[in-house]
Amino acid sequence: MMKKRILAVFLAAAALAGSLCACGGTTNQAGVSSDETTDSSGGYHANEITVGISQDLDNSLDPYVSNAAGTREVMFNVFEGLVKPDSNGDFVEAVASKVEISGDGLTYSFTLRDGVVFHNGAVCTTDDVLYSFETCAATSVYSNVVAALSAIVETTVDGNVITVTLSEPNSDFLSAVSSVYILPKGYTDHGTAPVGTGPFKYVSRSIQENLILERHDAYYGEGAKLDRVTYKIYEDSTALFNALDSGSLDLVAHLTMDQVNNLSNGYTVLEGTMNLVQAIYLNNAVAPFDNELVRQALCYAVDVDGMLNLTADGHGTKVGSSMYPAFGKYFDASVADAYPYDPDKAMQLLAEAGYPDGFSFTIKVPSNYQPHVDTTVVLAEQLKQVGINAQIQQIDWNTWLEDVYGNRNFEGTVVGFDASILSPTALLARWVSDSSKNMIGFSDAEYDAVYTQALATVDDAQQTQLFKRCLEILSERAANVYLQDLADFVAVHPQLKGFRFYPLYVIDMSTLYFE
Amino acid sequence: MKYAIKKSLTLIITLFIVSLLAFLAFQVIPGDPTTKMLGTEATEEAKAALRAQLGLDGPVIARYFNWLISFVKGDMGTSYSYQMPVSEMLADKLPVTFLLSAMSFVLTVVISIPLGIWAGSAKSKAADLAISALDQMVMSVPPFFIGILATWLFGTVLNVFSTGGFISYKESLSGCISYLILPAFSIAIPRIAMTVRMMRSSIIAELERDYVRTARSRGAARGVILSRHVLKNALIPVITFLAVSAAEIMTGSIIIEQVFAIPGVSRLLLAAISGRDFPVVQAIVVILAAWIVIINFLADLLYRIADPRIRLR
Repeated sequence: MMKKRILAVFLAAAALAGSLCACGGTTNQAGVSSDETTDSSGGYHANEITVGISQDLDNSLDPYVSNAAGTREVMFNVFEGLVKPDSNGDFVEAVASKVEISGDGLTYSFTLRDGVVFHNGAVCTTDDVLYSFETCAATSVYSNVVAALSAIVETTVDGNVITVTLSEPNSDFLSAVSSVYILPKGYTDHGTAPVGTGPFKYVSRSIQENLILERHDAYYGEGAKLDRVTYKIYEDSTALFNALDSGSLDLVAHLTMDQVNNLSNGYTVLEGTMNLVQAIYLNNAVAPFDNELVRQALCYAVDVDGMLNLTADGHGTKVGSSMYPAFGKYFDASVADAYPYDPDKAMQLLAEAGYPDGFSFTIKVPSNYQPHVDTTVVLAEQLKQVGINAQIQQIDWNTWLEDVYGNRNFEGTVVGFDASILSPTALLARWVSDSSKNMIGFSDAEYDAVYTQALATVDDAQQTQLFKRCLEILSERAANVYLQDLADFVAVHPQLKGFRFYPLYVIDMSTLYFE
Repeated sequence: MKYAIKKSLTLIITLFIVSLLAFLAFQVIPGDPTTKMLGTEATEEAKAALRAQLGLDGPVIARYFNWLISFVKGDMGTSYSYQMPVSEMLADKLPVTFLLSAMSFVLTVVISIPLGIWAGSAKSKAADLAISALDQMVMSVPPFFIGILATWLFGTVLNVFSTGGFISYKESLSGCISYLILPAFSIAIPRIAMTVRMMRSSIIAELERDYVRTARSRGAARGVILSRHVLKNALIPVITFLAVSAAEIMTGSIIIEQVFAIPGVSRLLLAAISGRDFPVVQAIVVILAAWIVIINFLADLLYRIADPRIRLR
């Protein structure tokens, strides 16, 4: 009896000591190269990948209802419209095999592709397309899509050709069409078991664990090369990084510079852009930011290059206005240098505006977006140099949505705006004075006039000029302190090829393959 | 019998108060679930329609009682975020958290009690000193930090553990348990340190009592005195401490589930709070409160077994 107890005590002590030594030992081994842990990067790899993502798809999976960027990023592989965006930002035929647009921009004819099969095995017909357009117009949470669809005055079907007529030309109509994902008529369980026509089909999901997609074998086109994609969910960034570094994930996007520098498993790191406009968004409706001079002073006081060096080793692209570089046609790099770093000029402008000794204000920043928090910390230091005391208040995302976005109860906030559709209007419409999305209360008669004119212009070159003018106005008026489009780092298994960056917040899994 | 009725009443009142407080807290914090569900681009009409559909437009008290009535009937509602019945989600997540907590607790008891007895009875010897020193050090390390170190060491350096390689208990119970060993240790280690300390000082205090001297003068062997007399008395304060520990282990799992990417109920709770997924938060809060009340009730019963002089009132 006693012997047994002594043995138990001894074992317990050994177990405790063992676990303690293990933990204590980690500090000694910090310098050890972990090259030997890259056993997963060589040899045969099954034709499937595991992708690490940092947020769950805690949304309805119904493509017309789901709105979270993270959900769209994944479900892009499952749903398709009549047309879909490609990695160059052009629209290519998808469920439609041919698209014809009349010269006056009023009539669009879509020829339904033969042999499009839904993931549930049903063949796609014109009825499904009509159903999808109706359902999307009635339930979409994207007001710009709903607005574009509401301009349809007539829809006719002739064989497999669907023709829609608009009341007035709309250069955004095709991008709206790409958001009308084609769904099987009468199927209503998309919220939990979505069915589309994309190269991957939805298989299952387990809350906060994973979401599984499989190759859609009956896909009409070239289709996916991988058999299966498993998304694993890690809300904790350390856990995500550890899983990546240990080789149990094949692809992780949106890594920070720090994480890239610490990665030791021999994975390939690709660099793209996040496709968003990061800025200190300033509430133009409250003092002192109702004064244009103060806003300009802030623009001069901020050293964007210095901030990029500190937060991302210089990676990232200066934007200067509400447009990111992936919109090559509209992006104007010269606007990005409109306010060179000049603290003296900033102080002079502040004095002119009646703040010779500077002032204090609060920057609200969503705490769950580390890059925005890092940026804010650096900016606050820079602003101190000109006598502006910026207090940082970290808030959670839903508080940001209600308080900052909804109630406009803020002075400054650092976030990034992305484009929900591939159109400059997705980034520019919100700054029209009476837009409900104009959270900063920007109000400029010239901007409103130029923007309205741009919308009504059919000629592409002319329209592009007008949108560019909108960007200049935002810069001249210093609507916000425009910063950058963040660098997007993607770590992939060394044998996994074919990754493509899109001008939208999506990751196309269909182009990936193992060498 | 009277005792059981009294305890049940306490349970019901506690749960009522906790659920009401959780409900009210959600009225105070900003964040509209419909904005989360429909996004920033949705029209006000669409949000209003959804609010009405979810029953979010009535007065607070009426909404609380609506929730309470359905809850009592066994209907926990539907998750705003996942559009799934809450009961279905919890049925998936609860076993994981209970398993993790149970493992941490068992590790704590199995390791700390023998170690504590040993340290206590070997008073002022080298072993005791070594254990006490280690204790002091380990006690001050928070579980999440142990967790981060452990995932890095076992995952990245030794490559024997894969963070997120969680295996559902439905697929393989042994696989699930082996994944949970590291996290269970991370939660248990500081608890073990505290319990060892507690056990040790309790043993030392008991060994100085008169009855020990009497027993020794009667010629009883040291081992017999320890196991037959001292242990029972020394265990009473430790049981109280372990009962508190059992409740704290549950809260400790909140952070550990994040660090180890364990899909348990604590991780779901955090996500539900930040996602303003009200029906999920309500259900989990009530279950956690019930868990703590029940643990305390079990601790009461254990006292009675350890010391029959204690009357349950």
